[in-house]
Amino acid sequence: MLLIRCPHCAAERPEVEFVYAGEAHISRPRDPAVLTDEQWKNHLFIRSNPRGTHFERWRHIHGCGRFFNAVRDTVTDKFAMTYKAGLPRPSEAEIREARS
Amino acid sequence: MSTYRVAAKGRIDQSRPVHFTFNGERFEGRKGDTLASALLANGVHLVGRSFKYHRPRGILSAGSEEPNALVGVSRGVGRSEPNTRATVLEVFEGLNTVSQNHWPSLKRDVGTINDAFYMLFSAGFYYKTFMWPKSFWNKVYEPFIRGAAGLGKSPSVPDPDTYASRYAHCDVLVVGSGPAGLAAALEAGRSGAKIILVDEQAELGGSLLSEPAAGINGQPAWQWLETAADELAASKNVTVLTRTTAIGYYHENFLGLCQRVTDHLETLPEGAPRERMWRVRARQVVLAQGSIEKPLVFDGNDRPGVMLAGSARTFLNRYGVKVGNRAVVVTSHDSAWLAAINLAEAGVKVSAIIDIRASVPYHLVDLAKAHGIEVLTGWTVTGTSGRLRVSSVRVNPVTAGGKVGRARNIACDTLLMCGGWTPSVHLFSHTKGKLDWNEERQMFLPGAPTEETRCAGAGNGVFGLLDALKEGAFAGASAATDAGFKAKAGDYQIEGEIACTGISVKELPTDRNSSSAKAFVDFQNDVTAKDIRLAVREGFQSIEHIKRYTTTGMATDQGKTSNINGLAIASDAVRRPTPAVGLTTFRPPYTPTTFGAFAGYTRGSLFEVTRKTAIDGWAEQNGAVFEPVSLWRRAWYFPERGEDMHQSVARECKATRQSLGIFDASTLGKIEIVGPDAAEFINRMYTNAWSKLAPGRLRYGLLLGEDGFIRDDGVIGRLSTDRFHVTTTTGGAARVLATMEDYLQTEWPDLKVWLTSTTEQWAVIALNGPNARQLIEPLVEGIDLSNQAFPHMSVAEGNICGVPTRLFRVSFTGELGFEINVPSRYGRAVWEALYEAGRQYDITPYGTEAMHVMRAEKGYIIVGQDTDGTLTPDDAGLGWAIGKAKPDFVGKRSLTRSDMLKADRKQLVGLMTRDPKTVLEEGAHIVADPNQPVPMKMIGHVTSSYWSEALGRSIALAVIEGGRAREGQTVHVPMPGKTHQAEITGMVFFDPENERLNA
Ligand SMILES: [Zn+2]
Repeated sequence: MLLIRCPHCAAERPEVEFVYAGEAHISRPRDPAVLTDEQWKNHLFIRSNPRGTHFERWRHIHGCGRFFNAVRDTVTDKFAMTYKAGLPRPSEAEIREARS
Repeated sequence: MSTYRVAAKGRIDQSRPVHFTFNGERFEGRKGDTLASALLANGVHLVGRSFKYHRPRGILSAGSEEPNALVGVSRGVGRSEPNTRATVLEVFEGLNTVSQNHWPSLKRDVGTINDAFYMLFSAGFYYKTFMWPKSFWNKVYEPFIRGAAGLGKSPSVPDPDTYASRYAHCDVLVVGSGPAGLAAALEAGRSGAKIILVDEQAELGGSLLSEPAAGINGQPAWQWLETAADELAASKNVTVLTRTTAIGYYHENFLGLCQRVTDHLETLPEGAPRERMWRVRARQVVLAQGSIEKPLVFDGNDRPGVMLAGSARTFLNRYGVKVGNRAVVVTSHDSAWLAAINLAEAGVKVSAIIDIRASVPYHLVDLAKAHGIEVLTGWTVTGTSGRLRVSSVRVNPVTAGGKVGRARNIACDTLLMCGGWTPSVHLFSHTKGKLDWNEERQMFLPGAPTEETRCAGAGNGVFGLLDALKEGAFAGASAATDAGFKAKAGDYQIEGEIACTGISVKELPTDRNSSSAKAFVDFQNDVTAKDIRLAVREGFQSIEHIKRYTTTGMATDQGKTSNINGLAIASDAVRRPTPAVGLTTFRPPYTPTTFGAFAGYTRGSLFEVTRKTAIDGWAEQNGAVFEPVSLWRRAWYFPERGEDMHQSVARECKATRQSLGIFDASTLGKIEIVGPDAAEFINRMYTNAWSKLAPGRLRYGLLLGEDGFIRDDGVIGRLSTDRFHVTTTTGGAARVLATMEDYLQTEWPDLKVWLTSTTEQWAVIALNGPNARQLIEPLVEGIDLSNQAFPHMSVAEGNICGVPTRLFRVSFTGELGFEINVPSRYGRAVWEALYEAGRQYDITPYGTEAMHVMRAEKGYIIVGQDTDGTLTPDDAGLGWAIGKAKPDFVGKRSLTRSDMLKADRKQLVGLMTRDPKTVLEEGAHIVADPNQPVPMKMIGHVTSSYWSEALGRSIALAVIEGGRAREGQTVHVPMPGKTHQAEITGMVFFDPENERLNA
């Protein structure tokens, strides 16, 4: 069972307190009406599904209830870091540093 | 007592006899025996039949790796367990055991015929044998497979035992209490760190329990062991768990430990759990799992009496049992020589040691000869004889060039074998830790770890006692240091250790035709060397494929004794180096684990909670029949004397439409949405327009996913400009709140809105029927209930029966209706007061079934029954609920995708059967032409179907391709026995003008 650090609670807690919520850094278009069908399809359904570093959303559902973002390796399952929703995507250097 | 028990030897209590039965026969053992050692003490080797060929099998090993000696244990009703390994089952007075896989008896078994049809059962036999003819499947093959499948008999009644579970945290978890594990636990314990030491056996010691002769730090091994165990027991920071198996090693140093609490006890203590699952999070882990001895692969290596040499040594030194009177040893490793000498010292006639190696250390040869043992180095074993027990072994010399010379037979009652030792890397492997192949030593060893873990001792390829102690001490000290404590590894001195080396071999060379040899690799699944070579000849190259095709390593022992031999043979057959063929994946659990241990407390009513409303108790007392709705149980119908469900529902509907019905609607999901931006938030979430909804008014709300499909619906009341009372479906409550939170927190964090689940805060009593207003008018204070002041779709706050209420005028039946929300703690009192007052109107409680019927008569949908996640608002006939002027809401963009606008989309419509008495089956398929060839084109299906008492006929809702344009057409519904005709209609069957609900 993974340990996950909630950036809102500033505490590491077991995975059972959390729920996964899909890929991170996909924001809802401000005005969906101006999007083509193709663009809307890409927004709705197309995800990066990488082997390796993945930016994803989690929710501390049995804790503070807040959503946050995480960087996790899809091969080892291990988290590199977590950060509050709304913050920018961490750089490669920041992720490297967090892993070391 | 038998001649096989050695006086003054072993760790069993020679003064305490215990009696047990095996296949109904009574035997005597000693306190401290396992079933295996106790049977061997009685000269019993034959303990079971093999799975596929029903060959007689004996005890192969002395530990948890045992593939053969599986027995059924019975302790009374519900307490029977199959496939228990006799080598770990501790005997107690009255233990009752039976052997498996035989009929009619262990000694005479009809299934042995499988052994004669050997060719039929070779590699891939499932895939080849049961292919043809097709007609054989039902009558011949399937019954055969079902009869043969599975080991042992599973219990047929619920398990009366309880199982506990517990979470724990520690600084250092040490797995295994052999020399390395003990040394690790001692060093780490002395640092003050919080330690858990776990061992699957009944007592600490591991391999030391089989080696009393060595000396450690000036003490005999067992005295040192006692001192170590005492120190650990006295350390407050150390928890020692024996009879506890580390079954799995999961992410971030999380391990599952299964502790067997009562299985070894003669009487079960009142209230004690049978097993306890520990879920441990450790800062640091030391794996000292030890090693498992490899069998040798030769014709007849499975005959009872053929066993692992190291295990024979364990039976002698630990249990005081000679495994036979006349032994022969066959080995490729020095360690078996020590077993031979131990046995000879105990008075066993050891006739010969056959060593595959041409040269063996002189000191071993001299020692053996000094004990009168014939030494045959550079020889091979090519067969064994004996029916239910080995009686002789066939041995041949092998020249330097590999030529096998003339055979000779040596009589024996026991053949001890050793093909070297395999480090147990199972737990390390669970963590995806890399395993490195050591070509010289022919073994996989732990490589780079992925967790905070270290391996020590034989499990790390370090076999010598001194080296294992030193490595263990170092591992324990460094684990404690890494966990933040001060520790230093102490030193060890050893006396009397004989260093052992050996080689690994494939099948032993033979002068006979190897294709008829029964040289077993996997004893439990009956896989031979020939099977593996056949699989390779048939094209299988990867060990993962070979494993599945031959089933090697796939039995309950997970190939503990067979994987490496199988891999060596496969690698030879495919002519590729072992690491290129690959090692199969080790998966938890390490040894078979009961479902009870995994389930723990979460069984029966604790498996899944049953949510009950405040009014549930009244319903129960008044004879309600319940149905589960998500986690809730809801009153389904209220049968009166002698009524069946149909009669009860018809009566409940009729009473409600004629006068007054009362219904518990408390399970409806409820969310309070509050804040200056509450209306804007609801505007963005729901399809409808909300800004202009006046306080005091209700509106039906429809919620979509971004894909445009209906997710939920419910009535929403505006209490004030900044406060809404939202209702959801019963099953959708948590999901809807989570979706709302997601949008609010991550898409629109600027909105000033707060969401609170209030499902459990309100009890909801629905009153429906022409007399609903008359009933509550005298009971309500502070609300004008007149039709003008409080029309359909109104909400107001006031009091009812002296209790504060949020009163909704709303109807899910089409009758004049109210939903009375009161704080949950008053729910039952208000319900009872209304029920008493309602007697003058023949008030009738109705359940969910009558509710379903009445809402269907009005064409009100139920999300999840009439919709299935592929229906848009328009598909469901709810196009009117879309706020056309709204620029955006969740799901709006998808509604204009081309697929969503197609004319032939499935649309929700009404159906009336040609025969009014026919009630269609929900889920039944609908076709346009019943005479078309099969398979017919299905154009839709029935979603809801009921007998309508109000209409005196059946009604149904259905989704049908382009359904609304087909109104008036006849469709056909094939059902068992008959195809029914039905006419497509509108969805509202009853009171289409809504006169009743506006009354
Ligand atoms: Zn949190």
